[in-house]
Amino acid sequence: MSQTKSVMIVGVGGQGTLLASRILGSAMLQKGYDVKVGEVHGMSQRGGSVVTYVRFGEKVFSPVIERGEADVLLAFEQLEAARALPYMKSGGTAVVNTQKIDPMPVVTGQAAYPQGLLAAMEEKGAKVLAVDALKLSEEAGSQKAVNVVLIGAMARHLDPDEDLWLEAVRACVPEKFYALNEKAFRLGFGA
Amino acid sequence: MLSQAFARILYRGAIEMKQLLLGNEAVARGLYEAGVRVVSSYPGTPSTEITEAAAKFPELACEWAPNEKVAAEAAAGAAVGGARSFCAMKHVGLNVAADPVFTMSYIGVNGGMVLAVADDPGMHSSQNEQDSRNYAKAAKLPMLEPADSQECKEFAKLGYALSEEFDTPVLLRLTTRVSHARSVVECGERREIPLKEYKKDPAKNVMLPAFARPKHEKVEARTQALAEWAERCEINRIENNGAKIGIICAGAVYQYAREAMGDSANYLKLGMVYPLPQKLLRDFAAQCETLYVAEELDDFIESHCKALGLEVVGKELFPRCGELSQRLIKKLLTGEEAPSAALEGPLPVRPPVMCCGCPHRGLFYALKQEKVYVSGDIGCYTLGASAPLSAMDACICMGASVSALHGYNKARGEGAAKKAVAVIGDSTFIHSGITSLIDIAYNRTNSTVIILDNSITGMTGHQQNPSTGFNIYNEPAQAVDLEALCCAVGIRRVRVVDPYDLKLTRQVLKEELEAKEPSVIISRRPCALLKTVKHSAPLEVSGEKCIGCKACMGIGCPAISMRDGKALIDPTQCVGCGVCTALCGKGAIA
Repeated sequence: MSQTKSVMIVGVGGQGTLLASRILGSAMLQKGYDVKVGEVHGMSQRGGSVVTYVRFGEKVFSPVIERGEADVLLAFEQLEAARALPYMKSGGTAVVNTQKIDPMPVVTGQAAYPQGLLAAMEEKGAKVLAVDALKLSEEAGSQKAVNVVLIGAMARHLDPDEDLWLEAVRACVPEKFYALNEKAFRLGFGA
Repeated sequence: MLSQAFARILYRGAIEMKQLLLGNEAVARGLYEAGVRVVSSYPGTPSTEITEAAAKFPELACEWAPNEKVAAEAAAGAAVGGARSFCAMKHVGLNVAADPVFTMSYIGVNGGMVLAVADDPGMHSSQNEQDSRNYAKAAKLPMLEPADSQECKEFAKLGYALSEEFDTPVLLRLTTRVSHARSVVECGERREIPLKEYKKDPAKNVMLPAFARPKHEKVEARTQALAEWAERCEINRIENNGAKIGIICAGAVYQYAREAMGDSANYLKLGMVYPLPQKLLRDFAAQCETLYVAEELDDFIESHCKALGLEVVGKELFPRCGELSQRLIKKLLTGEEAPSAALEGPLPVRPPVMCCGCPHRGLFYALKQEKVYVSGDIGCYTLGASAPLSAMDACICMGASVSALHGYNKARGEGAAKKAVAVIGDSTFIHSGITSLIDIAYNRTNSTVIILDNSITGMTGHQQNPSTGFNIYNEPAQAVDLEALCCAVGIRRVRVVDPYDLKLTRQVLKEELEAKEPSVIISRRPCALLKTVKHSAPLEVSGEKCIGCKACMGIGCPAISMRDGKALIDPTQCVGCGVCTALCGKGAIA
């Protein structure tokens, strides 16, 4: 692979998006790629929009993903998926959790939560894979595994080697939660 | 043939020493490997994780100091005492620490000393966008700027070698995209550096005018010597790809430029941004037809080039505000940009908000109800400026809420003081609010200061501070008694309220605003995100009782929304703080 691959992970502060970048980074490092992960800490953690970039390839320079550059978008929330659309390559894949979380302007009634976002993204050329991660996580045994379900769904689009991924999951989650997370990952992988 | 599983085990062993580290974690690793003994810092995004990661190495004695000035002085003392020492801060922290830093430049070191300063172009979590490279020039200190995590580790180590060779503190400049990006780091072993002997030497260490004058001469000579080192050091390097254009850059911008232009440009990557070389720049200029200086914020390298008489393209092309990126550099240099789609119409924004159960929410609601002028400060509670609370009038820098309220009241008189307060967090009060409170007591305005004591430094991600009773290792430590401290500086009215109790909070606020002397209200309740805080069961809205008046929406709680004309509480978010219960006139929330 000569071209650097770019995966953009977006969500709402507190949804566990950083675990996704850790697992992805760890798996790609094991495959022998150069890896860079861009995170922003601080203000963005307080329920605001959060963005993480993961880039891998033979040699990666920039740790950030700019407009028109993401091969894959992993979105933990619909509105955040739509916000990240400009960052996708045309024809890129968006793995989107169907969950909706109202931002403050919607909570206070100053704005409405936009409808039909995923269809609108497809109209603009994105390949959208909608995942009801909340339902799948309940199937796995806990709503807290939503992020690992989504990582599973994204993983299949990057590398078909399920064992590689599960090893990265094992390296990044506490041992006592591994069984739950393995189940959640497999459900996402098959979604 | 090795089984795949076994090969993987071998491989994992090999990558043990090859880790994916944050730039900040890599700096900490560099400190460990360089034999550093003493680390003193004050938290500040994006620098905080350096000291947190350093505290994980038992060989390093780490601490959270009350502020950056104290931290830099503690590190300075350790260096005079013969230890390799370190101090980290964000860009605005260097303003606080500038006083000792400028004079440590004269004194120099015994054990090596490195100060990391993390700038925040784009202001992801800062109140201004200052360029700390200007400090290197002003304080006449060498400044290194790494471009990825491996360089963070290497440059930290190199900093100590330079510091001891040239008898100077060394600045390590980071930016958000270097501090908070993970990349691969080859880890090494620690080299123990024995404490250097301490010898009394007033001419070196006591900066009286008579001793400082010859030291200034030495500092100027040192800068000359460092500029010569800059000509031949490996960290300033030319990548000649036989291209017509050349780009001079450093730090994260090198990565953007390299990605944007690939082999179609030559690069001069500067690892030391002060002092800058002359001959190396001239040599590089001679290898290129068109020369660009790509740098974020100020024209620091560009103005040096222009002073040398080099023809360079800089700020007439690249912006002074915000971050650069590979996309921007490519667009500015070639006119090309990757296609990008967007949905029609604006999407609702998602600004950061106070968390569910945040103790600041009740207090800010009370301030809003009282319609007072709120002199604000730096911390999570700066979010009180956002709708729907909208209860902040000004916010300058750490500690300014208290002194600026004093000035506001001096200017506008007694009537204004009855309708004005300052809000400041526990950590910020310790940082630099105490001296401001002394100003109020000593120069007497009838000011009302509210200390928001949530028992932690919140915004930067939960660091202990001198008022929490724990140190950086979470060991019990001496706690500042805030009530006694306020009394000791001359504030006779000190009240404590629980901000979850809206009624009492408002009553105390009214009483203290009316008081004919200065007063302090301590709004005390631990941050709702602390693991030690036990939450109550989520609250529910009775659909029968709710009339949809939206009174409960006035506090801006992210757990409360309106559905079909009635309030709805999200049980997965609600921590049962009960502030909304008090707002409901119909008793619908329980």
